Amino acid sequence: MSQTITIDPVTRLEGHGKITIQLNGQGEVEDAHFHVTQVRGFEKFSEGRPYYEMPGLMARICGICPVSHLIASARACEAIMSVRIPPTAALLRRMLNLAQMVQSHALSFFYLASPDLLLGMEFDPKLRNILGVVAAKPALGRAGVALRRFGQHIIELLGSKRVHPGWVVPGGVTEPLSTAKRDEILAMLPEAYANAALALSAYKQIADRFDAEIDVFANFPSNFMSLLNEDGSIEFTTGALRLIDAQGATIEDGITAARFAEVIGEAVEPYSYTKFAYYKPLGYPQGSYRVGPLARLNIVSSMGTPRAEKELAEFKQLASGPILSSFHYHHARLVEILYGVEKIEEILNDPGILDKHVRATAGVNRLEGAGQAEAPRGVLHHHYKVDENGKMLWANLVIATGQNNRAMNLGVLQAARHYVKDGKFTEGILNRVEAVVRAFDPCLSCSSHAFGQMPLAISLVSAHGKVVDRAVRG
Amino acid sequence: MNVEVDVKTLVIDEQEVSARAGQTILEVARENDISIPTLCHLDGLSDVGACRLCLVEIKGSNKLAPACVTNVQEGMEVSTDTDRLRKHRRVILELLFAERNHICSVCVSNGHCELQTLAQEQGLTHVRLPYRNPNLPVDASHERFTADHNRCILCTRCVRVCAEIEGAHVWDVMGRGIDSMIITDLHEDWGASSCTRCGKCVQVCPTGALFDKSKIGSDHPKYPDFLPYLNLMREAR
Repeated sequence: MSQTITIDPVTRLEGHGKITIQLNGQGEVEDAHFHVTQVRGFEKFSEGRPYYEMPGLMARICGICPVSHLIASARACEAIMSVRIPPTAALLRRMLNLAQMVQSHALSFFYLASPDLLLGMEFDPKLRNILGVVAAKPALGRAGVALRRFGQHIIELLGSKRVHPGWVVPGGVTEPLSTAKRDEILAMLPEAYANAALALSAYKQIADRFDAEIDVFANFPSNFMSLLNEDGSIEFTTGALRLIDAQGATIEDGITAARFAEVIGEAVEPYSYTKFAYYKPLGYPQGSYRVGPLARLNIVSSMGTPRAEKELAEFKQLASGPILSSFHYHHARLVEILYGVEKIEEILNDPGILDKHVRATAGVNRLEGAGQAEAPRGVLHHHYKVDENGKMLWANLVIATGQNNRAMNLGVLQAARHYVKDGKFTEGILNRVEAVVRAFDPCLSCSSHAFGQMPLAISLVSAHGKVVDRAVRG
Repeated sequence: MNVEVDVKTLVIDEQEVSARAGQTILEVARENDISIPTLCHLDGLSDVGACRLCLVEIKGSNKLAPACVTNVQEGMEVSTDTDRLRKHRRVILELLFAERNHICSVCVSNGHCELQTLAQEQGLTHVRLPYRNPNLPVDASHERFTADHNRCILCTRCVRVCAEIEGAHVWDVMGRGIDSMIITDLHEDWGASSCTRCGKCVQVCPTGALFDKSKIGSDHPKYPDFLPYLNLMREAR
């Protein structure tokens, strides 16, 4: 008799989701799905609001990566205004986005993933959390907390608030950087460098223990997409998108925000409120692709900063072409943390960083605009249409989690097929299936634009649709 | 020559105070540092007694009286802070919040809003009434300012400042009861109206209903304190 395993809710994720694993009569895994069970609403209730409210309003989608939403949204608004923001504003925004990337990656690696990595997939679930990590590995636990604080504190210094700063506005930012704040951030850098280095060395020491997981954690050929600069270096705030195939060949380059909708479509599956983005010329699902830290490091040829450059070279040794196992998202995240700290230092030492001219003004000059940025978890795209008074007529957001949705589903199926045998499973096995999703660091709240609880839930369903077993956490 | 001043003596919150005839309870209370919450009242504008937050109890009368439009009388005994009044004020505030869409977190006036401040002062922690969530328009047609009817509490300060101080009378109220709306001219877009672009209405608006487009994302405090000075200077001419 066939069965379905349900993990509901899946824990240590940002947002609410569940996993179902369907078994056939022989107890083999027939199919598996990752469901995002929240409902979206932001695109609808933004209608009728003035476009210049969008950065502040849209950023409320998420408390982890509001800055990416602020930037993608402000850039969409600037396309409507047809303005170029002052160079200092561009630098300040770049720093804000990097600070958020550092804190978000620190959250993903230390708070959400490291309990599995440092304590073990089979570790007592009651202690398999950040507090358990702090107890077992105090130095690493402290490094994680400190890296989060580093990023959050920069956001607070620049935008007056740790979460949802209102500082990024269409046309630039509201306040220039003061000398005192610049010096305060510069003073925080040595500790951040030390913590980033500690995290990287600790990860490299344990990575070998996870060869079995690396093999089955969403490890398959796929396309990848990320922003990058014209010189091939990594980019989070400006630049254009490149899509590559599983061999590393460029499928399409120079995808600007204005062209995004032309080449990227969104498919709908009945089991999830999150859409499935795909490259239109290849169709769905062949045109599916992965985004985020792994995609970025697979695509870029350089980091543009010395320490991260060395780490990139080492990272690229993991495979001859693009690195295909999603387990390596963790490693890529740590390389990006180091890059973030280095780039923030570079920006702070820019001679123009204290310039007072940080905002451009304009009215509605176009009735449609799109903006994109790299959120910590991948490409983020905002697309707006307005009336002649600047009131929103239509909005579409394409979120990293939607772009990784297909890969996460295939990854859950791959891991479930590998681990669940004869219809039998243990808590440790289910945790590995959840850990596949965690490697992507998806943000379910962003992807469905709703508010809700954090945890994720697994169920085991029979061929007759009967729920045989269910693991609920939260 | 003797100038006779008609002096009234009365008691406010057990404090004996004296006042000139024709003064309102609110004026006398504030002269004596007795605070009464207000929302539609603004120094420099005429009073309309619309918001009812300044209701006070007068001994011998079962009716509550709005302090902003009730004149003092000899021997009056006024209470401004009783359980009954506090209860009424909270209900009034709850009704204001439930009536339209007041979402502080994404409002341009967050931190500078008189409605928000009053709710905090009155200890309003939640609204017991179901929110109406009306689908109200935003008028973004003006070059410099925006009117968001979702945040309007119909205090009519904008109507009064435009008519009484600016002399343009662009703003007015349309409809009745729950359907009331402030409008410009004969319900035309603000941008197409006879607005003089002086911005006084924005400065006197207690919430984020009227705001300056350039202040989005920034602090947007309002500065209505200019009104009494403006009146004074005009009278001196």
